[in-house]
Amino acid sequence: MTSIRVVPKGGRGVSAEVNLESKLGTLVLPSPVLTASGCAASGKELSQFVDLTTIGAVVTKSIMMSPRSGRATPRMAETPSGMLNSIGLQGPGIDDFLEHDIPWLASKGVRTMVSIAGNDVEEFGRLAARVKRAGDSVVALEVNISCPNVANRGLVFACQPHSAAEVISIVRRNVGGAFPIFAKLSPDVTDIVEIAKACVDAGATGLSLINTLLGMVINTETLKPALAGVTGGLSGPAIRPVAVRAVWQVHAALPHVPLIGMGGILTGEDAFEFILAGASAIAIGTANFHDPSALTRVQKELSVLLAERGFSALQDAIGFAHRKV
Amino acid sequence: MNFQPLQVEGELLSNRRVGAYHLITIVVPGIPERIRPGNFVALSVGGESTSTLLRRSFSVYQAQERGLYGGTLELVISAHGAGTRWLAALAPHQMINVVGPLGRPFPLPKDPVHALLVGGGYGSAPLFMLADALRQRGCRVDMALGAASADRLFGTLEARRVTNALSIATDDGSLGVQGRVTDAARSILERANIDVIYACGPMPMLSALTTLGGEFGVMVQCAVEESMACGIGICMTCVLPVRGNDDVVRMSRSCVDGPVFAGDRVLWESIGSVPEETLGAPKASEH
Repeated sequence: MTSIRVVPKGGRGVSAEVNLESKLGTLVLPSPVLTASGCAASGKELSQFVDLTTIGAVVTKSIMMSPRSGRATPRMAETPSGMLNSIGLQGPGIDDFLEHDIPWLASKGVRTMVSIAGNDVEEFGRLAARVKRAGDSVVALEVNISCPNVANRGLVFACQPHSAAEVISIVRRNVGGAFPIFAKLSPDVTDIVEIAKACVDAGATGLSLINTLLGMVINTETLKPALAGVTGGLSGPAIRPVAVRAVWQVHAALPHVPLIGMGGILTGEDAFEFILAGASAIAIGTANFHDPSALTRVQKELSVLLAERGFSALQDAIGFAHRKV
Repeated sequence: MNFQPLQVEGELLSNRRVGAYHLITIVVPGIPERIRPGNFVALSVGGESTSTLLRRSFSVYQAQERGLYGGTLELVISAHGAGTRWLAALAPHQMINVVGPLGRPFPLPKDPVHALLVGGGYGSAPLFMLADALRQRGCRVDMALGAASADRLFGTLEARRVTNALSIATDDGSLGVQGRVTDAARSILERANIDVIYACGPMPMLSALTTLGGEFGVMVQCAVEESMACGIGICMTCVLPVRGNDDVVRMSRSCVDGPVFAGDRVLWESIGSVPEETLGAPKASEH
């Protein structure tokens, strides 16, 4: 349990111990603060700024079966309170990942949630089986069925309930009964609750809400799209209200399903919003680019804020905004 | 060797105009003594409630371990976007969050060689610390600086102090010879026995110098200017195709694998695309 001694503002020496323990089904983490997949690589770079054993878990950049170059540059465009990225799942492939990244994370004692991305349903299944055997440092799987940076929108499995469920079913079958699986969903759908239910029915332990939104910027000097990949994923505080809405809707419909909330969290106050909307844990993404110590800072700020609002445990604040007074 | 980067709240000491650029001096305890020539730092911009979240990366012009106010860094800013305009408008005592040192510095020769340093525009910034380091090792240092016009050159006076010989080229002929800095570099290569070239500037200049170095059998160490979102290796936006020692082409991060690359390892012509031979390049049917 990570408990941080805090002195609430105006509390004049009144100290409070806030229990930050986060329960995600059978998975119990000492802190609700995670890295968002794709914004922390495999942790090594951020470990220069943050003691990764003090946060809940590192969620790795999505790993695929084969090495992948990703897309051409430009891959990034800054937007108001956010950014567009068009990386295209660059990565070394599962063999290299299991040979280098997982042993490093394990040697440092970092709880790790591995994000997997497949080109097809079977690839998700094979990746899940490989990762499950990777050792005790892997505490959960995040199934990235919502990366917007693929040429064929038909391959964004999270856009349809049946294709989302198909992926989650094979992953569940391949990792066995109790292992925690989180399905990462896209907000670019008509009804996110319908997709969420399909994933839970197919065996997902919980849901990661939300992936980036598909967006576009045009360069007014070159008169062309700013990104080589034309479209990209929008992240950062600009999307936070969309993310809070998604967490709110899914928590209202599925109150017992653990949710990991993410989308533009920059401060402890932002994280608190997601908790109040129904998230049991939160993930920090674009904020790591802005402030490489954001994970530690947000964790401290959240703890102080919980104490200020009279919560002695994170668990008591989850979904609090839904309560009828 | 590389030092672990620090994140420090810096304070602006001074901000002055130098030609088309701004030279800012920031007090940042801890970072200056860790800077090696070619390292860069990443600054947050826009203040506390900023809507421009991405870090801006700058190579270091000067790093003073001890000054009147503590360790300082001097950076050259070209105000051309929202973030750099904010930096160029900073007033003394304003705070700026600084992360550094970042990136791999210029590799230094063990022997006292004859080096040619080539800078394009304010890309010359890291070459002055490099020139100092090379001369401390007994190297002879020639420098060629080029830009579109005289006001877009940076450091011509400082260059006279730290080099053995200086050539200047401008596109409009407003200072030095009229022409490209690569032409100036060629005439130096023709008359002197250059052992190594160090360069920093726009990609087309680095590409042309690599070709030129190849012609004369001289290694070219290039510090690239690629746009970055984080500077620390996690965003994967600043990549370019680079051939590794294992002969495999990868999309390498200029922030942690660079910014200094051996010129003959970079697939300059392919920047902005993914060459077919790249590890994990898309097949025609995908992406």
